[in-house]
Amino acid sequence: MDSEIQLRVDGRRKRLRVDTRMTLLDALRDGIGATAPKTGCDHGQCGSCTVLLDGRRVITCLTFAVAHDGADITTAEGLADGEWLHPMQRAFIERDAFQCGFCTPGQVCSALGMLAEVEAGHPSVATDDLTGPVELTDEEIRERMSGNLCRCGAYVNIVDAVRDGAR
Amino acid sequence: MIPFDYRLAPDVDGAVAAATGWGGVAFLAGGTNLVDHMKLGVAAPEVLVDISRLPLDAVEELPDGGLRIGATVRNSDLAAHPAVRRDYPVLARALLSGASGQVRNLATTGGNLLQRTRCAYFQDLSTPCNKREPGTGCSAIGGYTRQHAILGASAHCVATHPSDMAVAMAALDAQVTVLGTSGRRVIPLVELHRLPGDEPHRDTVLSPSDLITAVELPPLPEGTRSLYRKVRDRASYAFALVSVAAVLRVEDGVVRDVRIALGGVAHKPWRARRAEDVLRGSPVDGSPADEEVFRRAAEAELAGAAPLAGNGFKVPLARNTVVSALRGLSREER
Repeated sequence: MDSEIQLRVDGRRKRLRVDTRMTLLDALRDGIGATAPKTGCDHGQCGSCTVLLDGRRVITCLTFAVAHDGADITTAEGLADGEWLHPMQRAFIERDAFQCGFCTPGQVCSALGMLAEVEAGHPSVATDDLTGPVELTDEEIRERMSGNLCRCGAYVNIVDAVRDGAR
Repeated sequence: MIPFDYRLAPDVDGAVAAATGWGGVAFLAGGTNLVDHMKLGVAAPEVLVDISRLPLDAVEELPDGGLRIGATVRNSDLAAHPAVRRDYPVLARALLSGASGQVRNLATTGGNLLQRTRCAYFQDLSTPCNKREPGTGCSAIGGYTRQHAILGASAHCVATHPSDMAVAMAALDAQVTVLGTSGRRVIPLVELHRLPGDEPHRDTVLSPSDLITAVELPPLPEGTRSLYRKVRDRASYAFALVSVAAVLRVEDGVVRDVRIALGGVAHKPWRARRAEDVLRGSPVDGSPADEEVFRRAAEAELAGAAPLAGNGFKVPLARNTVVSALRGLSREER
């Protein structure tokens, strides 16, 4: 069964027909050609398909595209301003925060979504005082980024990059 | 994945109507568990009723000091809500210890309650499983049982319920509002999920067209403290081996109110009534001497534990986690 939906992806309006069985991730990659989000585990366990959906970080492999008619999506590709990379992307390069780079688009989107959560004062399970201000310690970064796996094991540099990118 | 009919629910009543009369029907909200099961072939609904746009996404503070949580409130929004952080730290911490940030931004309150076991055999179509296919047998019994139940299991199923949030809600005496074809009803959260018995394919007492619309939390009296402690194989983004939600009020050195629920040990959030009975009325002063009564309470609850070949460690782990949670509360730690 097909359905017509409209998405705004990295600032561009897209209209497409999707099979109701199509995940948002497959619609982005195969339907629109937005290949920054990656198909890793495809079961919600690795975070490589993370994008910003209406400003919030989400995985896209466990949600159907048909349920997101009208959504505004930013992938890692849409973060750059032309040739100018986003400061978080630059931090990943400067800190050597990847080897193969497969998880990086998801890591970068997740990091930015995470920073917005911190900015809004949302605690994590690593936060001592649930009602107080949140300080972005390395422990907080590790806890809040735990949904993004890196099989190359670049975690130490990822923490450094996220800390830099937060400035 | 087999094709299915997708219907966007027009309103709450319309959602129930759209789901009525179908053999294979499911409500779709966050989708983080259901879509995975559809990919795996564990679930194959003919009709999906999308409730994600219904106006069930509010958290309301009630006049009596309690809280009403809409069924489609995201796990992240619930954990971040000021009233939850202030009044129900056990719930905030349980939510924040579940899944990851980008999963919590999708997952909903109702969906979290209705998520299904992470038993590896349940998710693997190549192995027999009474929960997935009644009458085929249980592959976990005699198999890999590190994640499995030690309390309330049956010869047909030893699966555990994976939710953290539901464990906190069990300790908070939450009430679940359900809309079905014959109207609205309220079910205590501790009665929502079933023990497996000889019908392990039925996780809950709900029928497929029953829609959870809200969860209500009664207020906690002044001076009540609560916390959630979760033990798992890695520090983050893992299901509980054992978890403890505990609510405690000590007045004049005596336990006036105590509510304990265990996660990772049973087919449902396990309310530890036997432990509560031992504790209620006991003197507690925050000194190391308290540990004796905490231990006795935990042991009373776990006297009926029946561990499997691969999870005997959960009995002392559950005991020690209960003791540590109560110690934390009685000493005013987090």
